[in-house]
This record gives sequence, C-alpha cells and structure tokens, in this order.
Amino acid sequence: MSIPLPVFIAIPLATAFLLPMFGKRGKDAATIVANLATISLLILAIGCIGKSGVYEIGKWPIPLGINLVLDGLSSLVLLVISVVAAAVMLFSAGYMEQYTAKAKYLSLFLLMVAGMNGVVLSGDIFNLFVFLEIASLASYALVGFGCGHEELEASFKYTVLGTIASIFVLFAIGMVYGNTGALNMAYISKAIQSSGLNAGLSFALALFIVGFGLKAALVPFHAWLPDAHPSAPAPISAMLSGVLIKSLGVYALARVVFNVFGVSLEVGWLLIVLGILSMVAGAFLAIGQWDIKRLMAYSSISQIGYVVLGIGLGIMLLARDANPAWASLAILGGLFHLANHAVYKSLLFLTSGSIEMATGTRQLKEMGGLARRLPFTRTANAVASASIVGIPPFSGFWSKLILVMAAVQAHYYWIAAIIVFVSLCTLIMYLKVQRYVFLGELPENLQDVEENGGSMLVAMIFLTCLCVLMGLIVLVPGMRNSILEPAVRVLTDGLKYSDIVTAM
Amino acid sequence: MKGMTIIVKTISSWVKVLIILFGIYIILFGHLTPGGGFAGGVILASSYVLLMLAFGGEFVKKDLPLSLVSKLDCLGAFMFILIALLGLVFGGVFFANFLFEKYGQPLHLLSAGTIPFSNIAIGLKVGASLFLVIYSLSICCKAGELDSH
Repeated sequence: MSIPLPVFIAIPLATAFLLPMFGKRGKDAATIVANLATISLLILAIGCIGKSGVYEIGKWPIPLGINLVLDGLSSLVLLVISVVAAAVMLFSAGYMEQYTAKAKYLSLFLLMVAGMNGVVLSGDIFNLFVFLEIASLASYALVGFGCGHEELEASFKYTVLGTIASIFVLFAIGMVYGNTGALNMAYISKAIQSSGLNAGLSFALALFIVGFGLKAALVPFHAWLPDAHPSAPAPISAMLSGVLIKSLGVYALARVVFNVFGVSLEVGWLLIVLGILSMVAGAFLAIGQWDIKRLMAYSSISQIGYVVLGIGLGIMLLARDANPAWASLAILGGLFHLANHAVYKSLLFLTSGSIEMATGTRQLKEMGGLARRLPFTRTANAVASASIVGIPPFSGFWSKLILVMAAVQAHYYWIAAIIVFVSLCTLIMYLKVQRYVFLGELPENLQDVEENGGSMLVAMIFLTCLCVLMGLIVLVPGMRNSILEPAVRVLTDGLKYSDIVTAM
Repeated sequence: MKGMTIIVKTISSWVKVLIILFGIYIILFGHLTPGGGFAGGVILASSYVLLMLAFGGEFVKKDLPLSLVSKLDCLGAFMFILIALLGLVFGGVFFANFLFEKYGQPLHLLSAGTIPFSNIAIGLKVGASLFLVIYSLSICCKAGELDSH
C-alpha cells in the first residue's frame, strides 16, 4: 500500500476545521484551500484504482481496533465521490458568492466529503455508522443553508427522516453486535457463516434495508428527497443527488447485503421490487413537476431505482445459483449506472444552478428561449439529458443497455420492458426541460440575462466531457478490468469478503 | 430576563473559577483517573451555563466571546486530527501513539504518550461546542420579546 488510506478522511476533515479560522476576510484563500483539498483527493482516488488493502488505525490489530478496507467497490465509489466533489467544489467557488458565510459552507461541504469517504472505506460497521452520521449532519445543515422559510422546512423534514434512518441503522448494528459479538464486518460475516441467520439477525437485516433505503430515497422512503434537493443550493443538490444517496444508501446496502449477511432470494426480490417501484413512481412524479430542480429530484429517485434494480437482480440470480455471468452483468450494469448517474445528475443540477443564478427563477413556465442567452449551460444540459435518457454515444446508454441485456439473458423480459419504458418517461421529462427552458419565446424580463463564466463554466465543461467519455470505461477492456470489474467481483464474491479482509 | 439576586450572582461568579479549574483537572488527568476530554469539556461548558442562569439573557447577549469560542471549537478538532497525522508522520500509522516509547511509563503525570494531548483537544472541542449548543438554545425566546430588544 503506497497511499495511507486515512488521508481520504484526514484531508477533508483537517481542511474543514481549518477554514473557519480564516475569518471573513480570508474568503478567497478559503476557497482556494478547499479546492486544493478536493483536487488532491481526486488525484489520490485515481491513484487507488486497482489497489486493495487493509489499514489498521493506530497499529491496533482487528478485531480489537478499527480498520479501513480498500477493495474494488470502495475504490470505485471513492473515485465517483472525488470526481463529483472536485467538480462541485469548483462550481461552488463561483455560485456560493451569492450567499454569506462562504467559509462555513466550504467547511460543511468538506465535512460531508469526509463522512462519505469514511463510509466507503470503513471496514467496521460502527464506524460506518459514525461516518454516516457525519455526512448526514453536514448535509442537514447544507440543505438549510439559505435559511429561508422553504429551506428550513425542507431541512427539518430531511433531519427528521434522516435521523429515523440513522436510528434504524443503529438498532440494527446493536442487534448484530448482540447476536455475533463483533463489530468488524469481516468478523460479523464469519460469525453469521458459522452460526447461520437467526431471527434477531434477520430482523437486523430488515432494519438495515429500511435505514439505508431511507438514506438512498427508495420509493416508500423517499419523502424527504423532493423537498431537500430543490431547497439546497444547487451545488449541494448535485452532491446529495450525485453521491450522498449512493454512498450512504446504495453502497452501504450492497456492502451489508452481499458481504456481511450473504445473498438470499427474499432480499433480492425485495430490492427488485423497491427498485422498480422507485423507477416507475419517480418517473411518473417527475413528469408532472414545473419546478426544474424538483423535476430533477424526482428523476433522481427514478434513477436510483435502476441502480438498486441492477443490484437486486444480481442478488436474486446469485441466490438462485443461476449462471454467474448473468449476475455479474446485472451488478456491472447497476454499478456502472451508479457512476454514470453521479456524473450526469450532478451536471444537471449544476446547470439548474447556473440557470437559476442567471434568471432568478426555478419555474419552467417563467423561462423560455434561453438557448441563445446561455449557450454553454444549454450544451451541458443537452448532453446530460441525452445521457440520462440513454441516447447511444452518451454514458447512460451503456449502463441501461447492460441492465437490459442482463434482464433478457436471465429471461426476465418484463424487467427489460420496464427499464425501456422508464427510459421513455425520462425522455419525456427532459424534453420538457429542453422545451420550456431553452426553446420557445424569450420572456421580456429575461432579455438580457448573462451566462456566469469562470469556475462554474469550467466545472460544467469538465462534467460534460466526462458524460461523453464515460462510455469508454465499459468499452475499453483495460479500463473496465481496472475500475468496474474489481467492484463487481467484490459483490459476486459475497461472503468471501471476510476471508479476503482477514488475510490481507 | 434580568437574572437572579445579587447573592446568586456573586457566588456563581466565584464558583465559576472553581468549576473551570475542576474541568481542567479532569481533562489533564484524563489518562490517569476517571474522566477525560469529554467529561472535562462538559464541565468547562457547564461553568458558563451557571453564569447564563445566574445573570440572565442580557448577559448572554452582550458579554460572551462567541467568535473566540467558535474558533476554539475548530481549533480543538483541528488539533485532534493534527495529533493523528503526527502519528502518521512519526509513528508510521495514522493515530499511532508515537510518544509512547518516550513518555509511556505508568503512574507518571506524563504518561500514555499522545493520549493527554488528545484529551486536551477533545476537551477544547467538547467544551466549546457544547457551550455553543447551549447558547443557541438560550437565544430562542418568544416572538414578542424579540421586538422589545
């Protein structure tokens, strides 16, 4: 191991506590330092691709001490977090000039990144909970950052539901500890393998699914998301939708289900049903929205459904002892869609921020004809929309194609049909955005809006390029084998995780 | 919100010193006796709670060094990470107790290596942030009162 893993937590955490000391005058310096922190995290995350290792904090051996585990899945999600965080931080440098207390914002932002990195790297389930709380608490504050009536209401709602989710997870951890006597995930997994699931552990698994499902905003648990995403400042919406619901929800869920408890048919079908519900309900609700960010928020629910559907399909196929290649393909589709969605949805939210900053409104009906006034934003939005809908050369197409292929190979034609159908609904909602924001007549009061240049533009161009190029990750065998395949293997290996971790 | 009688005010401003002293004792002896950074920090914060109760809302609004406390809060957390990172630099592992070889002899005031320093950092962090939490609770008042100020 060349890179000491705790730097992924230490860099953002140390920077977060350093920034408020800069005071009011050091705002520009604070912005630069925060950007340096996220960019260095991105470089480190790229350096971690294809590596694996266990880090024992303070030289205490497991199971006495706390360990950090880097494997294929961790490094994939870590890379996604770092890419989105670096782009969004760059965007915030320009966008957050509208708000006061920018240093506090940057500090909270970095705390959230530290929490997410911690969740992804932790090999100890209680530490996973602690980092989950760090990321969640920072995000509650960030959602209410505008301090207006709407923001505070959304933040309160999010806080209540988020805390309920945390309590579910905490209770589940307590029950797991009571039944296995271990908190290290590898040791819990070993204990479960030797004694089997009893009623308490099964109940704990159910609590985990509810808790992480709430964090991931799957459909019966999605009530906080459509309020929280539109109310937050645009860069924070991008972070919440792009990576927070994935690292705290989907990653943690996949880790617990595959590597700690082991796959079972019931959990597989449960996740498939939750995924399909999220896809369909999210898409239907999104089409009716007239607030651009609210529309994108519902679309996030729909897209997270794809990810969970892919993972659920993988669990079900693994549990049924079907052809392992089918299960790998389904999980590959889910994880690739996770990475794709992080990139294009954060880009969509950034463009919504750019539009809102230029026009001062989020209502689709009050806009129109902005294609001429905001050419770069328009291009970025069009590319991201094409990606999310799944138009061939762009990234979203490949992940949806893989999901459809997996469903067809496993003879679940109706799942493939639903995937295609929801893509059509997605097409309708993003055509609506194109039609009402960028085409049509330019209203009187928006005749002289200007595009915001500088760092905001750079961030959007960076993500736009990624949207176009992401397809290469799955098409070029070298990149697929170093980035995606190790992540898929971690999940398909399932309970071998415990042996791999204790042997490392 | 004028506060309590002069007896309470006088006594509590004396007792404040003792409470702060006790909090510092708990923090500094955290590695030897029961207590530590968290418990000591709570005691430090409670000294100001006593003052808030005795002197009332006026005092809370005027005489508290809020930006200093906020900076101390960050400083405590930053020190804690710094100690962990020093462990990485000198001991080779994050959070390694790199002073343990030199200052690790049991039953001495300077023992347990980096633990006393971590306790000081935690004490600072907990004391300052708990103080801010209590302050935030105490600035809430009825809507009518807000107008009269």
